[in-house]
Amino acid sequence: MDESRRCFLKTAGASIVGMGVGASAVTALADALGDTPYLGAKTAKRWAMVIDTRSCAETKGCTKCMDACHRVHNVPTIEDPRHEVKWIWKEPFRHAFPSMFEGTHGYEDRVQPLDWLKDRDVMVLCNHCDNPPCVRVCPTQATWKREDGIVMMDMHRCIGCRFCVVGCPYGSRSFNWKDPFGKPGSEERKNAKLDPSFPTRTKGVVEKCNFCAERLAKGMMPACVETCAKEGPGSLTFGDLADSESEVAAILKQAYTIRRKAALGTSPHIFYVV
Amino acid sequence: MIEKALSGSPKYWALIFFWLVFMGLGAFAFLGQYQDGLQVTGLSRDVPWGFYIAQLTFLVGIAASAVMVVLPYYLHDYKAFGKLAILGEFLAIPAVLMCMLFVLVDMGQTARIANMFIYITPNSVMFWDASVLMGYLGLNIVISQVTFGAERKGIAPPKWIRPIIILSIPWAVSIHTVTAFLYSGHAARPFWMSAILAPRFLASAFAAGPALLILLCLVVRKQTKYDPGMKALHKLSEIVAYAMAASVFFILLEIFTVFYSGIPEHIHHFQYMYMGIDGKAALAPWMWTSSVLAIVALVLLLVPRYRKSRMGLPIACVATIASLWIEKGMSLVVAGFVPNPLGQVIEYMPTGQELMISFGIYAFGGLVLTVLYKVAISVREGLQG
Repeated sequence: MDESRRCFLKTAGASIVGMGVGASAVTALADALGDTPYLGAKTAKRWAMVIDTRSCAETKGCTKCMDACHRVHNVPTIEDPRHEVKWIWKEPFRHAFPSMFEGTHGYEDRVQPLDWLKDRDVMVLCNHCDNPPCVRVCPTQATWKREDGIVMMDMHRCIGCRFCVVGCPYGSRSFNWKDPFGKPGSEERKNAKLDPSFPTRTKGVVEKCNFCAERLAKGMMPACVETCAKEGPGSLTFGDLADSESEVAAILKQAYTIRRKAALGTSPHIFYVV
Repeated sequence: MIEKALSGSPKYWALIFFWLVFMGLGAFAFLGQYQDGLQVTGLSRDVPWGFYIAQLTFLVGIAASAVMVVLPYYLHDYKAFGKLAILGEFLAIPAVLMCMLFVLVDMGQTARIANMFIYITPNSVMFWDASVLMGYLGLNIVISQVTFGAERKGIAPPKWIRPIIILSIPWAVSIHTVTAFLYSGHAARPFWMSAILAPRFLASAFAAGPALLILLCLVVRKQTKYDPGMKALHKLSEIVAYAMAASVFFILLEIFTVFYSGIPEHIHHFQYMYMGIDGKAALAPWMWTSSVLAIVALVLLLVPRYRKSRMGLPIACVATIASLWIEKGMSLVVAGFVPNPLGQVIEYMPTGQELMISFGIYAFGGLVLTVLYKVAISVREGLQG
């Protein structure tokens, strides 16, 4: 019996025994039902992703995971890099892991044998931290951490103060500096190819990767993972870190992985095989 | 009392008109920003806060600095500040109002600002910043109303106001401390992650605020029959001297810690600020100007002969304000974002529209200050005459 179902039955049982079949029990039942995931949904105690940067880097110029993510989440393509909105994208290794190459007084030049790694493109996205600074600083709880580790974002509560953008050590949050698909009613908006199953955003709110929470709820894998497995090198592995039988756990057991800026205490849950 | 603001000399009305024109231009520029989004500013995904939030930071200091008049006068019964206290409190009010407006124009979704109080989040420093600022505004309005009202009637202020005045002293310190916490608690931004940021903020505030008050008093002396007293202004300039010395000292402490420890992520921000990185050095000329002005101000302030001279005092005050405004109102916020957490150097420059909105807010502050000072001075002139 899965955990949430057990939890539901316990709550329901306790409600009936403890309070009698009264109005409060009905409320408790309804609450418990509300938390019960859709049958067939993918659930986990702790979602995590492992990215194999080796196989990923071999397919130079591949943008399939990014394209898939941005398509299903209605992420706009904005030319001006200052105003870009991105959920998953490529950064050279030296930017994804800056402390590895940072030096002063010219010493950084001495690690020339590592040059092959410096410019290797690495996929970066929200790290779904266990101790997320963005959640700590948000003044409206528009961003919060779910029990399964996913850091969520309510783009309709966000006031656009960008405190989370300031707090994120990974540059993983994007602010909508303008209406992402043109102003309401404009030609640009009418011609935009939008996926109606995912909400679009207004200007002035922050957004980011949500580990495809809406797809997990329907029993589907995150769009980037699915696409990379089907059409790419299969460099992205997603699963439950708390389940020792899971594929992500298996990789972590046998390969040496690193996390971005783990020393900051955020406990990021994207692991990189180098 | 407010009726005193409704009659005045042509000069007074010209000043009011001047403020209104800039407020109008600012409002017009803001409408554009409201329509098109924050893309009209120079901000970017790499530098998400800029000129607006920097002005907030500088002005919280100006607001907090009223305590430098309130504390000696009410707590130590320093009589010479008697004619100055109300001018200090009346400077704090428009300063806080401007802070609030600068927060408001910086929001992506201005209309949703109430969410901060619908979904109260005590772990967010921004919630505390908004709360203490509003509290401080309330305190200053009540205190100035009650004490000034009593003075006008020629009676002693009621006893219950004293604990409120005492409360306003730590409260003033708190508004700037909490503002420093907006910055100093981010693991992502090593430039601000310094325990000395709050003391630094307070020191620079207690220099810039009283310096501004001295300049305002010098104008008041010249333009009206009301004289806050040169003795009080000279005492205030001593406060500026101490605070400015502390402020410069604190910056030197930061520079020692950062460069002696040699941690690249910490060094890069200072390097960008003073020298630039990869030829990108938008802040460098400003920071050197700020440093030179700080030295000029310190020399003029520390030598009593200069500080007390007719020209020395205003020049020292202008140099102090300009130096600290560049540091806080331009560099401090932006340099925290350059380089960004990925080590990329992406610069920021405010746009004309951004500056126009900011001027509009400053003009609003000027208008409130003019009206409040007009009331205070008219009443005082009446009492003197």
